Amino acid sequence: MAQQNRLIEGGRIARDSVINFSYNGKTYPGFVGDTLASAMLANGIDVVGRSFKYSRPRGIVAAGAEEPNAIMQLGATEATQVPNVRATQQELFAGLVCQATNGWPNVEFDMMSSLGSVGASVMPPGFYYKTFMYPKSMWNTYEKFIRKAAGLGRSPLEADPDRYDHYNQHADVVIVGAGPAGLSAALEAGRSGARVIIADEQAEFGGALLHSKQSVNGMPAMAWVASVVAELAALDNVMMLPKSTVNGYHDHNFLTIHQRCTDHIADRAEANVSRQRMHRVRTKWVVLASGAHERPLVYGNNDVPGCMLADAVSTYINRYAVVPGKQLVLMTTNDGGYQAAFDWHQAGREVVAILDTRSYQGTETSAVIDRARELGIKVLTGSAVVEVQGSKRVSAVSIASLNSQGDQLTGPVSQLSCDTVASSGGWSPAIHLSCHTGSRPVWSDQVIGFIPGDTVQKQLIAGAIGGTFDLQSCLAQGTKAGAQAASNAGFDTNLDVAAATAESVAETTPMALFHIPHPKETSRAPKQFVDLQNDVTAAGIELATREGFESIEHVKRYTALGFGTDQGKLGNINGMAIAAKSMQKTIPQTGTTIFRPNYTPVTFGAIAGRNCGELFDPKRFSAMHQWHLDNGALFEDVGNWKRPWYFPQPGESMQQSLERECLAVRDSAGVLDASTLGKIDIQGPDAREFLGRVYTNAWAKLAVGKCRYGLMCGEDGMVFDDGVTACLADNHFVMTTTTGGAARVLEWLEIYQQTEWPELEVYFNTVTDHWSTITVTGPNARKILDEVVDDIDLSNDSFKYMDWKAATVMGVPARIFRISFTGELSYEINVQANYGMRIWEAVMEKGAAFNLTPYGTETMHILRAEKGFIIAGQDTDGSVHPYDLGMGWAVSQKKPFSFIGKRGMAREDCVKEDRKQLVGLMTAEPKKVIPEGSQAVDDPKQAIPMTMLGHVTSSYYSACLGHSIAMAYIRNGHKRMGETVYSPQADGSAIEATICSPIFLDPKGERQNV
Amino acid sequence: MFYIYCPHCEEHREEEEFHASGEAHIPRPLDPESCSDEEWGEYMFFRTNPRGIHHELWVHAVGCRKFFNMTRDTQSYLILETYKIGEKPSITSAAAKLQAQTKVQEGV
Repeated sequence: MAQQNRLIEGGRIARDSVINFSYNGKTYPGFVGDTLASAMLANGIDVVGRSFKYSRPRGIVAAGAEEPNAIMQLGATEATQVPNVRATQQELFAGLVCQATNGWPNVEFDMMSSLGSVGASVMPPGFYYKTFMYPKSMWNTYEKFIRKAAGLGRSPLEADPDRYDHYNQHADVVIVGAGPAGLSAALEAGRSGARVIIADEQAEFGGALLHSKQSVNGMPAMAWVASVVAELAALDNVMMLPKSTVNGYHDHNFLTIHQRCTDHIADRAEANVSRQRMHRVRTKWVVLASGAHERPLVYGNNDVPGCMLADAVSTYINRYAVVPGKQLVLMTTNDGGYQAAFDWHQAGREVVAILDTRSYQGTETSAVIDRARELGIKVLTGSAVVEVQGSKRVSAVSIASLNSQGDQLTGPVSQLSCDTVASSGGWSPAIHLSCHTGSRPVWSDQVIGFIPGDTVQKQLIAGAIGGTFDLQSCLAQGTKAGAQAASNAGFDTNLDVAAATAESVAETTPMALFHIPHPKETSRAPKQFVDLQNDVTAAGIELATREGFESIEHVKRYTALGFGTDQGKLGNINGMAIAAKSMQKTIPQTGTTIFRPNYTPVTFGAIAGRNCGELFDPKRFSAMHQWHLDNGALFEDVGNWKRPWYFPQPGESMQQSLERECLAVRDSAGVLDASTLGKIDIQGPDAREFLGRVYTNAWAKLAVGKCRYGLMCGEDGMVFDDGVTACLADNHFVMTTTTGGAARVLEWLEIYQQTEWPELEVYFNTVTDHWSTITVTGPNARKILDEVVDDIDLSNDSFKYMDWKAATVMGVPARIFRISFTGELSYEINVQANYGMRIWEAVMEKGAAFNLTPYGTETMHILRAEKGFIIAGQDTDGSVHPYDLGMGWAVSQKKPFSFIGKRGMAREDCVKEDRKQLVGLMTAEPKKVIPEGSQAVDDPKQAIPMTMLGHVTSSYYSACLGHSIAMAYIRNGHKRMGETVYSPQADGSAIEATICSPIFLDPKGERQNV
Repeated sequence: MFYIYCPHCEEHREEEEFHASGEAHIPRPLDPESCSDEEWGEYMFFRTNPRGIHHELWVHAVGCRKFFNMTRDTQSYLILETYKIGEKPSITSAAAKLQAQTKVQEGV
């Protein structure tokens, strides 16, 4: 068995459970309890990817969310591909298959690296902007190659077989992070009875304690963690969410938590088990105990595999029993960094030297120095690694002594052999969540980092996020914050309760150092990487500031600092420090960029939840839907409604179906399911007055039993909806709206009633779904109605056009409206929706003798266009008023109240002469149908760009008329009847047409009046 | 996502139940015909878009369907009060905002 870097004992791994995984097509062993990263390191895998721009080999740097290099493409099958998974956060499972995200043809031999090394000097920051801008038309080509080279992973080509869920949660206290501070907070808040959710991104609770050798309450730290977890588990009011990242902190204490339920078990979840959950949590209070990220130091060739974070080295040794090398050189600015060398030493490997960048006077020493020397480790104070040698693995370092400010080398450069360089530049608080809601972080010189600033959220912080790195203080702050949060949320707690105890250690002041100087100036020194994922170097940032990018937000965008999937968790502070220094400013003067959700990448599956496939968007069906399905209808989406589009018969083309349906209506009879039209019930003593204010025409004299067509305009005078309203009783009306506009119209009526005219007593309710509407239309419509209507006289004398009557249809109470959208004799039978199917079937049965033909929306569109009837939203676009439509007859200028739209349509621009107006177009070639949306011009031979007159809104072939018809907006069209215009097409041709009235059929409206 | 107190339902509900309907307190001129084009344009199109205190019209669209007003801080996104149509906002100055903000933060 390989695993040459695995220690023979120790670590939180199950040594009896050996599992195999595959990386780049090769199989390796690991243990249950490993992360993918720890297993890779155990097997001595040094190179895990190639860098973004220069294609340099890269190794594992960190042990958590901040990892910039070990970004894997996961998935054993095409359908289960997951891009950009951090190996440091992926638990190992048997059969895991992964590949390095970048590197072509592979990470060991990379074609791009030759370009990288040659091209390095010609790839300064802004390289992509500068190089690939021109010619613009080539961008699509460039982008493909840039993406391939950039290694952003790839999405699966097959549908995701897994299930994802959304959970809505309500809590009193949410605790982010289950390290010492978070667990202490959870304990206090949980004991108070508050509903507590504690979430942590790691597989196990414990945070930094998972690899710590410290004690809490006199026992090993993880024993204390186990006791706390046991107590929390026993509390019904506490929900513990391991493997759950709080990715977003949104307004009003709303948090999104991404829980990975089965990602640690297999490539895909078992059937009926959800792979991941998104918890959407509204909480009264939040305790942020999200810890801190260690900051690497910036030095020459600091990206060579073997360069790691000091604390990551400790994590791999203590938690996973993996020593990621043989000879360590440690460079640190603080006491905490020493721990990595101590752990390395204890693991039995060689610590070549500890380089403490701090200067000590004379014989001055510190506790950690003394301890190191006791262990026989060489400590060099006031020194630093200036440069690393090696390409696929560190082989040696160049070191030199440093002045006390850390900005100049003071001695000659010497060499040390080693294969691993660990560095610690201190800790950057993980303030991301606190910034999500807009709170600006503040710089602390004492912490040497940004800490959360003022916030309007109900939020407390505890532990390292606030710059507290000492264990005893973290426990105390957590306890206090938990008690305080529960108390704030209304629960009884003891605010002075004692926290768990840990040993306090005296520390020597850390040094604020970010960028190690090199004997050569930065621009000539070997690359000193700041952002490893995006190949941003110290020289690049200095260049950006020299080129005039002063705002840190601009520096970020120009250099791509912090742009990767790691969002600059490692590099941002170093980058800001280098930018600040280069501009001779302080870090607080330079400021920081803004953190936005999400903290770590979230899968689309978790974002979508169950809102996919059938549940992506609600669908609405009429009561007759099954009949339409049974009779071969094709459907059109109108709003959420599924409306029959047309009913093809076997062997028919679409055009043939439409012609057959149209001719049937004009020759005998057709039937349309009009149930989807919006219907609003309007009642109240002021209903009539109200209608007069929202419609452009007059309503004062509409008698009971009558219907009227109305246009609805906005305050700007532009038409936005239309429909027929019937007077049921003096204070009772039913309004119809377009299918897609129903919700908007109802809200429109409500807003005017509630906010402008609350003195009008009128009430609105949507009744769209209450009714099924069956439109029977055509010369034989009356004969068919006669067969199904039980009780009323349908003759033209007693039931006139634009009347409605209450009737009984096949024993079912109905409202019949004699209105027409086809220009033919028409009846709209409305019955309670659950009778819809029965009545529809009865109508079909009785209509068979008259060739009653079902038709859909497309035929309806042709029939109404033959009559010049508009469809709001197709023939109007928010820029046309009733006069543009030639519908001045539907505007009553005499109404006493200034109806909505009246003032708007009287504006200077609305009354000018040469507005675009709705007209008909007849093509010179009768069969030629002008594509909808085509432009119209006077002279098709003029130079491009042509002077355009308007455009075609509706266009069809009319089988009844034997030629094509179109409705179009033409500048000054109403005065241009009979003139010729041309419609230029994409293929260079131009369709000739004559301007005419849009009413192509029966201009006097006689057919509907018979 | 906002957590909004509906003054009609008298409880907090999720933002998903509401629609924003623009700036509040823009009454329709009582005599539109006497407005100049410019005045009518002001009424229709021009809004204040302030940084800080903003009075907004909202509707509890999938709840009680009633409109109400909201005083909201456009910088912090804190909702400082909600009140019914026809009522006047109680928070109109920076001082009042500060007071309301403290109240909101304390969870009162």
